[in-house]
Amino acid sequence: MMSSAMRARLRALGLIMPLMAFLLVFFVWPLATMMVASVTDGTVRGVLPQTATVLAKWDGEGPPTPEMAASLVTDLRMPVDSLAFGDAVRRLNSELSGFRSLMSRTASAAKGAGEGQALDLVAIDPRWGDAKYWLAMKRAMPLYTDRYLLAAVDLERDASGNVAGLDANTSANRQIMLRTFLIAASVTLLCAAIGLPYALIAAASKGWVRAILLIAVLLPLWTSLLVRTAAWFILLQNEGLINDALKTIGLISEPLPLIFNRTGVIIAMTHVLLPFMVLPIYSGLLTIPANLMPAAASLGASRIKAFRHVLLPLAFPGLMSGSLLVFMVALGYYITPALVGGANDQMISSVIAFFATGTANWGMAGALGLILLVVTTVLYLVYGRLSRSPTMVAT
Amino acid sequence: MSGQTSPILRIAQIVFGVAVVFFLLAPIVAILPLAFNSSVFLNYPIESFSSRWFGELQSNDMWRRSIVNSLIIGSGATIVATVLGTLAALGLRSSQLPFASAIRTTFLMPMVVPAVVLGVGMQMLYGRLGLANSYLGVVVAHAVLCIPFVLVSVSGSLNAMDPWLERAASSLGASPTRVFRRITMPIIMPGILTGAVFAFATSLDEVVLTLFVAGPNQRTLARQMFASIRENISPAVAAAAFLMIVGTLCIAGLVGFLRWRSQKALKPA
Repeated sequence: MMSSAMRARLRALGLIMPLMAFLLVFFVWPLATMMVASVTDGTVRGVLPQTATVLAKWDGEGPPTPEMAASLVTDLRMPVDSLAFGDAVRRLNSELSGFRSLMSRTASAAKGAGEGQALDLVAIDPRWGDAKYWLAMKRAMPLYTDRYLLAAVDLERDASGNVAGLDANTSANRQIMLRTFLIAASVTLLCAAIGLPYALIAAASKGWVRAILLIAVLLPLWTSLLVRTAAWFILLQNEGLINDALKTIGLISEPLPLIFNRTGVIIAMTHVLLPFMVLPIYSGLLTIPANLMPAAASLGASRIKAFRHVLLPLAFPGLMSGSLLVFMVALGYYITPALVGGANDQMISSVIAFFATGTANWGMAGALGLILLVVTTVLYLVYGRLSRSPTMVAT
Repeated sequence: MSGQTSPILRIAQIVFGVAVVFFLLAPIVAILPLAFNSSVFLNYPIESFSSRWFGELQSNDMWRRSIVNSLIIGSGATIVATVLGTLAALGLRSSQLPFASAIRTTFLMPMVVPAVVLGVGMQMLYGRLGLANSYLGVVVAHAVLCIPFVLVSVSGSLNAMDPWLERAASSLGASPTRVFRRITMPIIMPGILTGAVFAFATSLDEVVLTLFVAGPNQRTLARQMFASIRENISPAVAAAAFLMIVGTLCIAGLVGFLRWRSQKALKPA
């Protein structure tokens, strides 16, 4: 008996193992890589490895030692990718301005001097005698850093290592997160406002009416997201069908600005996500016994009262899971804002994409991605809990 | 509850229902005729009907290659996702599997993780693994997204299956392999095929991961449409959209047919 249970367990494990291994390599590993990138900073230590080792031993007190200077000269004499060197200098400059001229002057002096020849750094540039440049370098050296995570929420560490707010002009991540949240919330509210009555009507109707109401929800769901976005692009443009129609009936004389702005993004996203709201509410309503409303009426409840106390509470679980689903999906939206939105309607996903593909700033892409990932995962777990809760099982 | 509805409420319901149906369907219907517009602008009015933009899809190297790429990548991703997803669905069915529900939740995660987040991670990892700008890399990335659909679909038909059929077969002396081949597999086939169809549709529509992991040689149809809407709005987009809508209708019809058949199979007269 024991052995047959054991065998069944082994067989089950054997069956899920291939997918487990596949997702570990191609789903978990990429996400882990991104997370590691968000807390790793190898830009300076990659270019100045020896200096990194020596500086790690320096306690930061007292004047710069000759050993530090020697290791820096050795590092600077190494052949190095100019792109990586530029990144490292930029990184140092962000700690303390002045490194740009300091590093280029020192690097050319180090390369110009003969092999093995000792160099007096202070003679090349007197700033090397000042410990604060070495301290800035030391701060930029550690492999693990919280600077990207802090920068993702518009914070930074000042010279003494305390967390401080970033200059309002230099970063706009908080603003973009707020905007992402606002767009997702507006879309969720709109979907709920349209989806709840629609699902109620669909559940109350019969025959071909119900079939049409359902097909109208399922067909867009089946249609490519790109096709739907392209369709909205055509409808919303200044010479598009909507503006033409409004002009023809004389409501407007100038085209309404509907595309490349917030209105367009919200209209298109509501269209794309509405099915995710209607379907959970509708399937919840279907399981309500058909005689429940007549029963409430026979007990003397007015229609409004029966609606408020019987139907609405029963639609509530579907409304909740629909709202969570829409909000969760909306948070990560990229394509629709990219195509019908303007510069001020881009959500967090496009900022992540910009850092990754535009500037190859993996640390920032990783840190913002980590925030989006955590929020989405939490919402998903709540959603899973909600749809497994007793009220949902009963429906 | 339609009996005593007041006429005003009834009219309001009809108006609202019609308005929402219009909102949902009008954009999809509106894009279809533009595929046959001879104008170079992706807009109404239609100057004259022509099939020049379908010709463009065929003759323009970018569009033709992107369609071929979509078919190659879609087929690859569908095969990988269907095999792995079906095996996992069979394993997850076992009552002997510890943490089955947590494992299922994890397997469904690719459906909810924002594509941009996964894309950034994949781009970094692919750089190290040497998979960047390769067909294999894109196929694998799409397969990750397709797997949840296969898993849900196959699990659904496994749950609907009468477990006594398998027990009866093995009590009559059939080996587990034989039970699977002769009993389980035929019964869940509609579920597997539905999952595969969903997987293919998912891969066909995928843009974000493709943006991150594919090189110019792996440009898919969806990726090409994205670029075309963004950069030079050519009516070829409408022609491509037309093909995708017609393809979707065929796929939806196929899935409906499979569902109908599986229901007929599960409820023998």
